[in-house]
Amino acid sequence: MKTVAVIDYGMGNLHSVAKALEKVAEGTRVVVTSDSGEIRAADRAVLPGVGAMRDCMGELQRLELVDVIKETAASKPLLGVCVGMQAMFDFSEENHGVECLGLFPGKVLAFATDMTDPGTGERLKVPHMGWNRVHQAMEDHPMWTDIEDGAHFYFVHSYYAEPADPEIIAGFSTYPHAFTAAVTQDNVFAVQFHPEKSQSTGLQLYANFLNWDGQSK
Amino acid sequence: MTLAKRIIPCLDVDNGRVVKGVQFVDIRDAGDPVEVARRYDEQGADEITFLDITASSDDRETMVHVVEEVAGQVFIPLTVGGGIRTVEDIRRMLNAGADKVAINTAAVHNPEFVREAAEKFGSQCIVVAIDAKQVGDNKWEIFTHGGRKPTGLDAVEWAQKMVAYGAGEILLTSMDRDGTKNGFDNALNQAVCDAVTVPVIASGGVGNLDHLVDGIKEGHADAVLAASIFHFGEYSVSEAKLRMRQAGLEVRL
Repeated sequence: MKTVAVIDYGMGNLHSVAKALEKVAEGTRVVVTSDSGEIRAADRAVLPGVGAMRDCMGELQRLELVDVIKETAASKPLLGVCVGMQAMFDFSEENHGVECLGLFPGKVLAFATDMTDPGTGERLKVPHMGWNRVHQAMEDHPMWTDIEDGAHFYFVHSYYAEPADPEIIAGFSTYPHAFTAAVTQDNVFAVQFHPEKSQSTGLQLYANFLNWDGQSK
Repeated sequence: MTLAKRIIPCLDVDNGRVVKGVQFVDIRDAGDPVEVARRYDEQGADEITFLDITASSDDRETMVHVVEEVAGQVFIPLTVGGGIRTVEDIRRMLNAGADKVAINTAAVHNPEFVREAAEKFGSQCIVVAIDAKQVGDNKWEIFTHGGRKPTGLDAVEWAQKMVAYGAGEILLTSMDRDGTKNGFDNALNQAVCDAVTVPVIASGGVGNLDHLVDGIKEGHADAVLAASIFHFGEYSVSEAKLRMRQAGLEVRL
């Protein structure tokens, strides 16, 4: 039986991610684990994350998971979710600056707290919390299979990623400027939103991940 | 702008059962919170809030099981309020599958609890619930114990303080309007929404779908919460969303 490892480093709601994967995991075993051996043995892995970046990177280092994540990123399908996605960049401004995993060149920046909607003049709140449309920048990518361009996904975050190479952006949203909602390079795909909280659209994305061979076409 | 305005049905749960009556035409047992949550999810609810009104703390464990069961079947954000007093209470609810907890009385008694909770679990999962009553022109005071006990705290200042302490969202209930079906107190909503940087959920008084629109347009709320209009089958969440879209608001359909 195929296995998907949900990387457990004590941050955030891993159970939601695991439950959503289980819901669509016909023929795939879902393992929540912080064991490098189990992650190595799995066919694919998910790096979730909720909370502050300094704690996230601190726990990944303390549990000696950095190497196995880098190995996974170089060898099999890997999905980053929310802070898990942000951790894949070089650096985050959160907590006065944190060095991250460096799987994607670029940095993670804070939303300004004085933003307004250019259309209505309405003040925009931070965290960016709720359902926003995700516009697909790579429409034929297998991770977007059966997901409508512009579909709503659930977000909750105060920071957003800015890739050095815009070519890796797989999807974007606006708040009020365009920001990165999904990135991909080779066999790594990462999303800022929470598929496990995005109802049927989110479950479809997890189903796509379980079927994904790590290729962009 | 593409961030949708949210509709959040709220369920009062007493010892594992939905109270205040929930009626769906084709559900035999509408008192089962799992059934009710599933139905609202099918109708397109953006989140669901559970308010645990169980009197005895011994029976609170029941709520943990309710959350566990809902979280295995409903893949939208879940908030749990009522009786959240310790870090351990929060941890149990989050582990059971809740995404956010709403802290009310415990914040009034000990504001540092909000700071501690936000530091430990992140602001994104800490909602501070505020029950406010009008006490003068454009002046509202925080009340506890279901609106019976005044605290001397000004609602707008309290909301700002709670955000400074780490609240990621405010759930604002007008005690004057709660249960009246006369619509939100939009002067209160506007005063608080405009004064804080985090999202605000308006609550208390919804009697028809236009009230939901007003809460956003006049009250400047980021999300609207309602219980009875959905429970008694007067309106479905999908009808509410259509009305909001007709009014020019961005919603997730």
